[in-house]
Amino acid sequence: MVHEHDVVIVGAGIAGLYAALEASRSVDTAVLSKVFPTRSHSISAQGGTAAPLGNMEEDSWEWHLYDTVRGGDYLGDQDAQEILVREAVEVAYELEHMGCPFSRTGEGKIAQREFGGHYSNLGKGPVRRACYAADRTGHAMLHTLYEQCVKKDVRFYTEYFVLALLMENNVCSGVVAWDMRKGGLHIFHAKAVMFATGGYARAWKVNTNALSNTGDGMSIVLQAGLPLEDMEFVQFHPTGLYPSGVLVTEGARGEGGYLVNHEGKRFLEKYAPAKMELSPRDVVSRSIQTEINEGRGIGGKGYVHLDLRHLGRQAIMEKLPQIHELILKFSGIDAVTDFVPILPTSHYAMGGIPTDVNGRVVMDAKNTPVTGFYAAGEGACVSVHGANRLGCNSTMDCAVYGRRTGRAMARFIGEGAEKNTLPKDALERGRTKVEGLLAAKGKESPAAIRDELQQTMMVNCGVFREEKLLKKQLEIIKSLQGRYKEVEVGYKGQRFNTELLDVIELGNMLDFVETIVVGGLARTESRGAHYRTDFPKRDDGSWMKHTLAWKTDSGIKLDYKPVVVTRFQPQERKF
Amino acid sequence: MMQTFKIFRYNPDEDKNPYYKTYQVDVQEGMTVLDVLNEIKWKLDGSLTFRRSCRHGICGSCAMTINGLNRLACETQVKALGGGTVEVEPLRHYPVIKDLAVDMEDFYKKYEAVKPYFIAGTSPTDKERYQSIEDRKKIDGSYECILCGACTSSCPSYWANPNFLGPAALLAAYRFVFDSRDEGMGERLPILNSRHGLWRCHTIFNCTICPKSLNPTWAIGELKKKVISEKY
Ligand SMILES: Cc1cc2nc3c(=O)[nH]c(=O)nc-3n(C[C@H](O)[C@H](O)[C@H](O)COP(=O)(O)OP(=O)(O)OC[C@H]3O[C@@H](n4cnc5c(N)ncnc54)[C@H](O)[C@@H]3O)c2cc1C
Ligand code: SF4
Ligand code: FES
Repeated sequence: MVHEHDVVIVGAGIAGLYAALEASRSVDTAVLSKVFPTRSHSISAQGGTAAPLGNMEEDSWEWHLYDTVRGGDYLGDQDAQEILVREAVEVAYELEHMGCPFSRTGEGKIAQREFGGHYSNLGKGPVRRACYAADRTGHAMLHTLYEQCVKKDVRFYTEYFVLALLMENNVCSGVVAWDMRKGGLHIFHAKAVMFATGGYARAWKVNTNALSNTGDGMSIVLQAGLPLEDMEFVQFHPTGLYPSGVLVTEGARGEGGYLVNHEGKRFLEKYAPAKMELSPRDVVSRSIQTEINEGRGIGGKGYVHLDLRHLGRQAIMEKLPQIHELILKFSGIDAVTDFVPILPTSHYAMGGIPTDVNGRVVMDAKNTPVTGFYAAGEGACVSVHGANRLGCNSTMDCAVYGRRTGRAMARFIGEGAEKNTLPKDALERGRTKVEGLLAAKGKESPAAIRDELQQTMMVNCGVFREEKLLKKQLEIIKSLQGRYKEVEVGYKGQRFNTELLDVIELGNMLDFVETIVVGGLARTESRGAHYRTDFPKRDDGSWMKHTLAWKTDSGIKLDYKPVVVTRFQPQERKF
Repeated sequence: MMQTFKIFRYNPDEDKNPYYKTYQVDVQEGMTVLDVLNEIKWKLDGSLTFRRSCRHGICGSCAMTINGLNRLACETQVKALGGGTVEVEPLRHYPVIKDLAVDMEDFYKKYEAVKPYFIAGTSPTDKERYQSIEDRKKIDGSYECILCGACTSSCPSYWANPNFLGPAALLAAYRFVFDSRDEGMGERLPILNSRHGLWRCHTIFNCTICPKSLNPTWAIGELKKKVISEKY
C-alpha cells in the first residue's frame, strides 16, 4: 500500500512532534512511530530543559553558548550552538504558550534550577538555567507537543516500524514501513522525509534508555549508503541506579546531592575541586569509574553512593518526587533516610545523522545535502553537543532543531518541491528484511547475541577506552554480525510479531556500533566523553575535526570534516 | 527461585479461543514482571506479544492485569506479589489484538474528544503567561497522567456504558479546566456536561487503581462542581 504525504516524519519524540507542528501549519504532514507518540523516549527526560531566560538571576545566551562550547570540549559547531542558545529562549516561551506546565517562581514566571555545566559569567558561578516541570520535564514537553498535534489534526501512523529509506541518486522519496499490529508493508511517498528516531543506548548493558532506543534511524541511514557523524562520542551519565542503570537525574545533584565512596569521602574533591558534583558529566562519570576501578566502590563493588539525606524530606518530596518514587520502586531504598547506590550508565548519543543547521541531511565532508531528507533530535548531529552534551541541552536541541527542521521542510515544499519518483524496487527493500528474517532457519539465539553485544560494549567501549579493547570489540562485533545471519525468528505470523521486530532492532544495533568502535579506535586523543587511557590528552592539532563513518562491503570507511569555530577558540578545560 | 507464571494467550489468526500458558522462570532478586516477560520472550517463547518501552513506569506502555489488578509490569516487583503463581492478563474491557496487547483506539478517541489541549483566548506576550505557584499546584495530580489506560479499564461505569468518556479522558479535561492560563471552558463544558460525560461517573473509585497514584474520581468530582458553578 502506498501513502502519499508532503512530509513524512519518522519519530514522535520532542524533535519529531515539534517538526510536525511546524510543517503541518502549511503542508500535509504525517508522523510514523513504532510506539504511541507519548511512549517515545522523550517522556523520560527528568531534570529540565536549558534556556537562558534569566528568571532567577542574570543570565545570557553568550554564557550559555560558552558553557555549551566548553562542555562539548570544543568539538561542537559554534554556528549551530549559537542558534541553539539564542532560539532556546523563544522556544521555551512558545512551549509555555502551548500550555506546557512548567514549575513557577514566586512571581509566576517559569522556574529554573541549577544543572551540571551551567555557569554565569563565562564559567564562573553556577546559574539557574534549566526550566523544569518538577522532575517530569520531558513528560511535560512531550505531552504538550502531542496535545497540540491532536489539536491540529496531524496524521499519525502509530505502531508502524520503518525498515528502509527510499533514496536514489541522492534524492529521497520516502520510506518503507511495517504495520506492527496487522503486519504488511507500506510505502510512504513524500516530498520530504525527516528522521527523528532518537538514541541508541540499548547497545550497552547498563543504560538509561527505553527498550525502544535501538538506534534504528542511524542504521537505516548507514544501510542507505550515507555516513554517520561523531559516533565515537557516547555519553555516560554519572548517576545510574545500580544495577539496572535507570537514571537518577542530575537535578538530584543540582539540588545539592553529594557523591561519596567507600571511605565516606566526597571524592570529587580530588578530580574537580572547583565545581565538584556539578562538573560536566564526562568528568563526574570518569571520577566515579576511577573510584570503582581502584577499589573504592562501596564494599569494593561496582558502585558508589549518592547522598540526598541532608536535603530533608520536604525538599526531596517537592523537587524530586519522581526520583524518590523511582528509587523506592526499583531499589527498595528510601532516599530520605538511605544512601542511593549508583554507577555510570550509558545515556546519550552525541553523534548521529549529519545535518546542516536547517536539518538537511548531508552526505560528505563538503556538506553536500541529500535532496528531501532531513533529521533532528538525538538521532541527528548538527553538531551542538560536540564531544559531550551539557545537561538539559538535549530536550532543547530536539525542540529548537525539530522546529527549525519542520519549518525548513515546509519552505522546501512551499518553494515548489515535487514528489520524487519511487525506486522501482521500493517495496523489495522492506520485503527482503522482513521475509528474509521470517524465512531464515538458523541456530543462533537473538537474545544471546544481544546479551553478548551489551556486555562487551560495556567493558570494551565504555567510560574508558584503549586500543587493545576497542580492537577486541571490533572483532566481537564482526563475529556477532556473522552469527546474526543465522538467527531464527520462531513466530512467523504477521500479527503484532514483536519477535520479528526485536530481531530487526538487534540487526540495527549490530550495524551502528561498528561506527562507534572504528571511529573511537581512529581518534587517538581524549576529548569529552571519548576518553582513551592510552592517549589521555586532547590533541587539537590532529583532532579538531568531525568523524564521518560509512558502512561499506569492506568495513567502515572514515573521513573527516572541520569544526566550525566562531567566537571561542579551543582552550584547556578545568573544572 | 523458580516461579510459575500463567499468561493469557490469544492470537485471533490462529486460536479459536484465548487460553492460558504456563511458564517457569528463575526469578532473581529485584526482577519486575516486565523482566520476567522479557525473559520468557527472549529465552522461552518468542511468540508472546506485549508492549513495553521506557521500563521505568513513565511511558504507560506496559499496563496489564497482574494477579487481578491493573498495574505497570515494569514497576511491579515480582517479590511484592507475595509468591505463588503469578497470573498475567491483558487490561480488561479493551479488545485484544494479541496476547497482552490490547486495542486502545477507543480510549484515545475519548481522550481526544475532551479537547485535551491548551486553548487560549488571548494572545501571549513575548514572555510567559504568569501563573502563581498556587495556581500551578492546582494541576498537580492531573498532568502526570501517562495514558496507560488502567483506570478506564477498571471503571464499572465504562463497562456499563462504553460511550462514557471514562476517567482518563476526564482527568485530561481537568488538567486544562483547572489550568489558570486556559480559556477553553466554554468549548469543553458541553462535552463534559453531555450524556456520556461527567454525570456517568458514579464515584465508584475503581479508577484509583492508577499506577501513578492519581485520583481521577476526585478530579471528576471537582469538574462536576466546576460545571455546576459555571452553568448556574
Ligand atoms: C532517563 C533520561 C533522562 C533524560 N533527562 C533529560 C533532561 O532532563 N534534559 C534533557 O535535555 N535531556 C534529557 N534526556 C535526553 C533526552 O530525553 C533525549 O535525548 C531526547 O528526548 C530525544 O528525543 P528525540 O525526539 O530525539 O527522540 P525520542 O524521544 O527518543 O523518540 C524517538 C522516536 O523515534 C521513533 N522510532 C525510532 N525508530 C523507529 C523506527 N524504526 N520506526 C518508526 N519509529 C521509530 C520512536 O517510536 C520514537 O517515537 C534524558 C534521557 C534519558 C534517557
Ligand atoms: S489516570 Fe492513571 S491509570 Fe488512568 S490513564 Fe492516567 S496514569 Fe493511567
Ligand atoms: S515500559 Fe513504560 S511504563 Fe512500563
